[in-house]
Amino acid sequence: MSSAQFVQYLIAGITSGSVYALVGLGFTIIYAVSKIINFAQGEFVMLGGLLSFTLIHSAGLPLIPALILSVIVAAAIGAAMYLLAIRPAKKASVVSLIIITIGAATFIRGMAGQELTKAFVRSPSFSGEQSISFLGAHIDPQALWIIGAMVLVTIIVHLFLTYTMVGKALKACAINPVASSLVGINPKTMALIAFVLASALGGIGGIVLAPLTPMSYQSGVMLGLKGFVAAAIGGFASPIAAVFGGLLLGIVENFAVAANWGPFTSSYKDAIALVVLLLILLVRSGKLAEEERAG
Amino acid sequence: MLASLKRNWSYLAITGVIAFFMLIPFDWFLGQYTTLMIFIGIYTIVTVGLCLLMGYTGQVSLGQAAFFGMGAYISAILSKTYGVNPWLAMLIAAIMTGAFAYIIGYPIFRLKGNYLAMATLGLGLIMWILFTELSQFTGGPDGMSGIPSLSIGGFVFDSSFRCYFLVWLFCLVVLLISQNIVRSRTGRALRAIHGSEAASESIGINVNQFKVKILTLSAVYASLAGSLFVHYLRFVSPQPFDFLASVKLVVMAVIGGLASVWGAIFGAGATRVLSDELLLRFGQWDIVVYGLILVLVMIFMPEGLFVKLKELYERFRFRYRRREAQP
Repeated sequence: MSSAQFVQYLIAGITSGSVYALVGLGFTIIYAVSKIINFAQGEFVMLGGLLSFTLIHSAGLPLIPALILSVIVAAAIGAAMYLLAIRPAKKASVVSLIIITIGAATFIRGMAGQELTKAFVRSPSFSGEQSISFLGAHIDPQALWIIGAMVLVTIIVHLFLTYTMVGKALKACAINPVASSLVGINPKTMALIAFVLASALGGIGGIVLAPLTPMSYQSGVMLGLKGFVAAAIGGFASPIAAVFGGLLLGIVENFAVAANWGPFTSSYKDAIALVVLLLILLVRSGKLAEEERAG
Repeated sequence: MLASLKRNWSYLAITGVIAFFMLIPFDWFLGQYTTLMIFIGIYTIVTVGLCLLMGYTGQVSLGQAAFFGMGAYISAILSKTYGVNPWLAMLIAAIMTGAFAYIIGYPIFRLKGNYLAMATLGLGLIMWILFTELSQFTGGPDGMSGIPSLSIGGFVFDSSFRCYFLVWLFCLVVLLISQNIVRSRTGRALRAIHGSEAASESIGINVNQFKVKILTLSAVYASLAGSLFVHYLRFVSPQPFDFLASVKLVVMAVIGGLASVWGAIFGAGATRVLSDELLLRFGQWDIVVYGLILVLVMIFMPEGLFVKLKELYERFRFRYRRREAQP
């Protein structure tokens, strides 16, 4: 592998990893606050992508308003999902909550297929198609938008959690919901905020990814799963860990494909993430079981 | 006599229902709904396994379609490509799928709840990728056709009418076996595991072993159903075994009432009728409806639709009787 190829694969890995990072960030935030794994997380990436495409092409909106509106709609759907599907199931078991979020994901996917588009769509690039040369590698400018969006969002989320009152309340609720409700933090409101935040993050991932990779209403499952892998690599411990988990997964995935080893050609790219998922779950199973018991 | 009848009412009821379904095609039903009924029978077999796993034992599987697909593909490949007798192919498929489930069972059941759900989802997707990508064996996304039918002597199960009886015979056997398991010591152990794993272990139930056994059983059921599926259709493609298929199987189990062997027929029936008959006319709204069903049933009746209906009926009957008793 030449150094130019190396750079090419590395950047491709960081690019797809950035999207996984955004999804993983959403998983981590929701899990920390409400102990729910939101199986619909990937659907918000799909929504972001398809909404921005639809708003630009069918509604004819300019780029910036279309993007902002897409994120707002995705966040609103996240809020609706929490209020209509999660909150009414008050004392539901873990199994029931899994089925509920799977149901919500299926519903969102179906609606997107019906109301937005059934085809694979690709939004227009933010800043042209002319690729940039960097250390001998050819980079799609959209890749830079994706990486930039991820870095910016991560910094904003970090500042939000560390310096604002709401962010601190979220953190408090994640550490101890009972104690935080004693000092006036409503865990239900915090869970709502977490869902809104996570779906907005997914939506952002979708709108920056859509110009690079064509998406359809069925793209959500795999993206959600990879985001989960990102969060699992980070151990659901901290948002930053999820971000690094996402980047790691993206890089591993791309280099595994690049190695072109034996029968494992690019058609097995998705299988790599799944194998990583199973390995991580099994390696960490002892610790995860402990957490579950404590939580 | 009466007491023993009462104790065995569910056996009688199962036999009655199956007899009903088996006799139906002689009537006007024949021709119109035979194919639908075959699919209901096949999906009932898979759903029963999922009910045992999810309802009784409390373990989520979001990848059950993988076992269904393994049965289908192993059967198809052996009988078509290698010319193995379809019955033998079916048996080998069941053994291989069961063995696969048994082997993955031990590591996978070290996980619980959310992580178990994710792991089974991942496994299901891996199998689906294999069905699609191993095209030299499976025919890839286009699938493979010309799979031989099942036959006994010179009697070939090549028409819908003939397959109908075969499928429901299998279904009957599977339901009876499951009913027996649920009412046996094993069934009580499974419910104990659902209640509390720690408590079950403290009274000497080998929790992991039971979970793995029931996973294996559900995989064998799914594999048999898959084999019946391909030998009936004589065609196989990856599409019926994708992630959505696993979700549909969960819908069937949820409608049927998770902890109910019986409800499986109801769940599979309601779901197939919904997607094959009612919603087909309105485009692909079935996905949307499935999502709604999952959310609503889980919020309002987590024990399942069928079980809830049965409960309402019993309450109604009880009230009616009490009124009768005090005139």
